[in-house]
Parts: sequence; structure tokens; C-alpha cells
Amino acid sequence: MTDQARDRGKRARKRKGLLRLRQDIPDGVFSAAGIAIPVVLFLLWWAVTALELVRPLFLPSPWSVLEEGWRQLTEGILFADASVSIYRILIGWLAATVVAVPIGILMGNYKLIEGLLEPLISTVRYMPVVALIPLSILWAGIGDGQKILILFLGTFFQQALMIMDNVKNIDLNLIRAGQTLGFTNNEILRRIILPAALPGIWDTFRITIGWTWTYLVVAELVAANAGLGRRIMDAQRYLSTDTILFGTLFIGLLGLLTDYLFKRGGRSLFKWSSQTR
Amino acid sequence: MSSLSAHVARDAKISIVGVGKNFNVSGRDLVAIEKIDLDIGKNEFVSIVGTSGCGKSTLLNMVGGLDEPTFGDILIDGRPVNGPGRDRGFVFQTYSLFEWMTVEGNIRFALEKSAFSKAEKTELVAHFVHAVGLSGFEKAFPKQLSGGMRQRVAIARALVYKPSILLMDEPFGALDAQTRGMMQELLLQIWDDHKVTVLFVTHDVDEAIFLADRVVVLASRPGRIKKVMPIELERPRSFEVLTDPKFAVYKREILADIREETLKLMAMEHS
Repeated sequence: MTDQARDRGKRARKRKGLLRLRQDIPDGVFSAAGIAIPVVLFLLWWAVTALELVRPLFLPSPWSVLEEGWRQLTEGILFADASVSIYRILIGWLAATVVAVPIGILMGNYKLIEGLLEPLISTVRYMPVVALIPLSILWAGIGDGQKILILFLGTFFQQALMIMDNVKNIDLNLIRAGQTLGFTNNEILRRIILPAALPGIWDTFRITIGWTWTYLVVAELVAANAGLGRRIMDAQRYLSTDTILFGTLFIGLLGLLTDYLFKRGGRSLFKWSSQTR
Repeated sequence: MSSLSAHVARDAKISIVGVGKNFNVSGRDLVAIEKIDLDIGKNEFVSIVGTSGCGKSTLLNMVGGLDEPTFGDILIDGRPVNGPGRDRGFVFQTYSLFEWMTVEGNIRFALEKSAFSKAEKTELVAHFVHAVGLSGFEKAFPKQLSGGMRQRVAIARALVYKPSILLMDEPFGALDAQTRGMMQELLLQIWDDHKVTVLFVTHDVDEAIFLADRVVVLASRPGRIKKVMPIELERPRSFEVLTDPKFAVYKREILADIREETLKLMAMEHS
């Protein structure tokens, strides 16, 4: 067999190796794959604008978007917007979480409470939050409270149901083991059910704070004078597509960062967990 | 001396008296267990076998106080069972360890409601870690252990607070054949050293015979006792017992019983 043939064989094996069902691939390849698509999209974007195939109004060039970002950064707008928005996200999400955790845990453990709340929550979670903006203004005014209320409404209902499922998903025999060891219901709840469900609940945190981010623009739709979402809505009025694109990408970037932090946090908090994450 | 005569001579440790269990399945009462009467002697080892759905796990749960009989009584030392209690230890097929605690932590957790002093507890934990052959793994988390090792932790956790009864629900069902064999010998060793009454549910006939003083064969739909077979094999037993001619006789009879039940079940499902 010639070297050439052997090389060909090796390459063929390698190619096949990357596309086998549920098989691991080298970490480097995996990470590179994640970057490949954004890079291709970026190049495509750059090519389309550089060749002037579309008018800048419809699709501004990558450079003008970056320029816009630089302007916002140097003028201090970006920092001001981001801190206001992050504050709203954090408070809105925390408010939802503080209520959803106990309610979800109770629903997961007591059939009666599940029966009482599940139909209501399941209905409300399909209601469009945007439609509630007028009511939210009546109830909470036009200050930060209204923005936080919108973020709360967008997060809470899904979160409560997911936490209920996290609690239900633990091995029933853990509870039985606790009972045979002589622990009271209250002790079993605090010392067995809660820690057993915690890795799952943490995952719910990670997913739901992502949803809170997606509600940011909706929350800052009305009567906001700062915020990343507000900036995008303002830009709409002047058709500043570069501002719109930059703002959207920046929110995505902050979302990605939040996700990463939760993933890292979860991995170091729950080293003992057998669920791979 | 056969261990059987020694056990039967004493009073019953566990008395199952006319116990039946109905389950309500979508508004219809389903008879899971019709009527079971069974006495289990102090320090006796009883295996329960039967086809799936014969109610063997349900029976075990009722003795454990995790489930209530619809009628009849379960007595332990002559007193009726009222919920789970620390006179009984439970080992589940799913290991069901507390993943966020170390091996030591899992075993120590079981001692929390015991009146032992701190020093005694430390000693008990160390003793049982050693007894189940996990010395050196005290600080390991369950995730880091193999299935067999996890089940050893579960056994230690169920025995460390000195219950007089050990209830085991297919504890080795998820293990590979080699590990299972080792665990069975380990269990007999522990049973011999610590003197407890064991009620052991399994669907592995070899396992049932190898371990037990008596094998209870359950019939299904509804669950009831088909046969109680005393196993008169010398103790201590090791794997060599498996090729004993007497073992083969027991096995043939029990397999025939189970096969008969399975055929009945299949006929019921087809009609």
C-alpha cells in the first residue's frame, strides 16, 4: 500500500469519525465548530456589505456596528445602559426566583398544592407578557417597578413549573430512605429533597435567567430613559440599524456570559452530582 | 446443625397475618395481594421470589411501613407496624444514596437519630465501612464508586443504627453477575456477624436459594403464597453450594413453580 493510499484511508476514517452517532469528538474540534458558524456568518455579512449588495440602512457593515459600539463605550452610554439593564434583570429574576423556589418545591411535594396552582400557572404562562404592559403601568407606574414586574411575569410562571419538575424528578427511594432512618417530613424536605433537587434547580436558574434576558426589550418598551432595550427601541425611531444591531448583539453577549457563569458555578457547586452537565 | 431448626423454634420476629392489598387503578380496585400469612423467625433469612406483579415489593414495603395493608396486620415483635421505624433497615435496588455526602457521611447520616455518643457513632461508622469492605473510600462521593460499592454503602447505611430487621428489595438486581456473587457472599458474612432478620426480595432463583433459610414463592394476580420451601444447605455457604445436588433439586422445583405462574399469567393476558 502506498503512503498516499494510507493517507487517504486515514483521512476517510477521520472524516467518518466526526459524524458518528452520539460519539465524542476531540474538544478542540468541538470548540472550533462552535466558532465556525459565527465566523462564516460574519464573513458573509462583511462580504455582502463590502460589495454593497444591500443598502446600509437594511444591513449596516460590521465596521459601522463596531464603530457604534466604540462610540457608546467611549461616551459612557454603554456602561450606563448596561448597568441599568443588568440591575433590572437581576432584581426581576431574583424576585421571580424567590417566589418560584418555595412554590415549585411545595408543588413538587404536595399533590394538593400542585392541584391548587398548576392549572392557574399553566394557563398564565401562555399569556403574552407584552399584552400586559398597559396593566403593568396601571399597577406599578412607569418607574423601575414596572420594568421589573414585566421581567417577573416573563420568568416566574415557567420557573415555578420547572422547579416543580426538578423536585419530582428525584429518586422516590431517597425519601423512603429518609423515612426508614427516622427523619420527620420537615427534615426530609430540607435535608434530602432540597439538596437532591438542587443541581436540577440550578439548571433551571440558568435557563430561566436566559428567558429574563429575552424579556428585556419588552420590559424597557415603555417610559424608560436608559437601558440596553430602550436604546434599541429609540434607534428604531431614527432607523439607526447599526445601533439596533449592536444593541441586539450586545444583549446576546451578556446572555452568553450569564449562561457561562451559571454553568461554571454549577460545575463547582455540584461536583458530587452524577448528572453530567 | 441446620440453621432452620434453630430459627423456627423461637417466636416470630415478623408476623404477617391475613395481609391483603388493593390498589385503586383509575377508579377500579385491583387486588395486588389477596391474603398472605407468614411468620418469620428471629435472625432468619427469608427470600421472596415470584413473577413480576406478584406483589413481592409491595409486601416488603408494607413490612417496612412505607405502604399500608388494605386488610390484615403486620406485627414486629408482636406489635403492629405503624409506619417506618428504626427497628428496620431498608436497601433499595436503586442504591438511593445521598449523592452530596461522602461514603462516611451517608453512613453517619443514618445514625443521626440514634442515642449513641459521638465517639460510639464514629466507631460504628468505621466498623461498618470496614465490614462492607470500603476502607480507604471513606471520603469518596457515591458518584466515584461502582454499582457494587454503592450498594455496599447502602447496606452499611441500613445496618449502622442496629436495626433488628433488614429489608432488601432486589438489592443486587442492577449488578453484573460477578459482582452480584461477591455481594451475596458479603451479605451472608454480614448477616452472620451482625445477627439480623432478613427479608430479601429477588427474581433471581439462584440468589434466593443461596442466601435463604426459607424461600417463599408467590403466585400472582392476585399475589398469594404458592409455596414456602425450607432450604437445608449447610452454613456457612460459599459459591460451591451452587453446584450441590440438593441446590439443583430446590432450584428445579422453584423454577417449575414460577414457570407455572408465568404461563398462567400469559394465558390471562391473551384472553
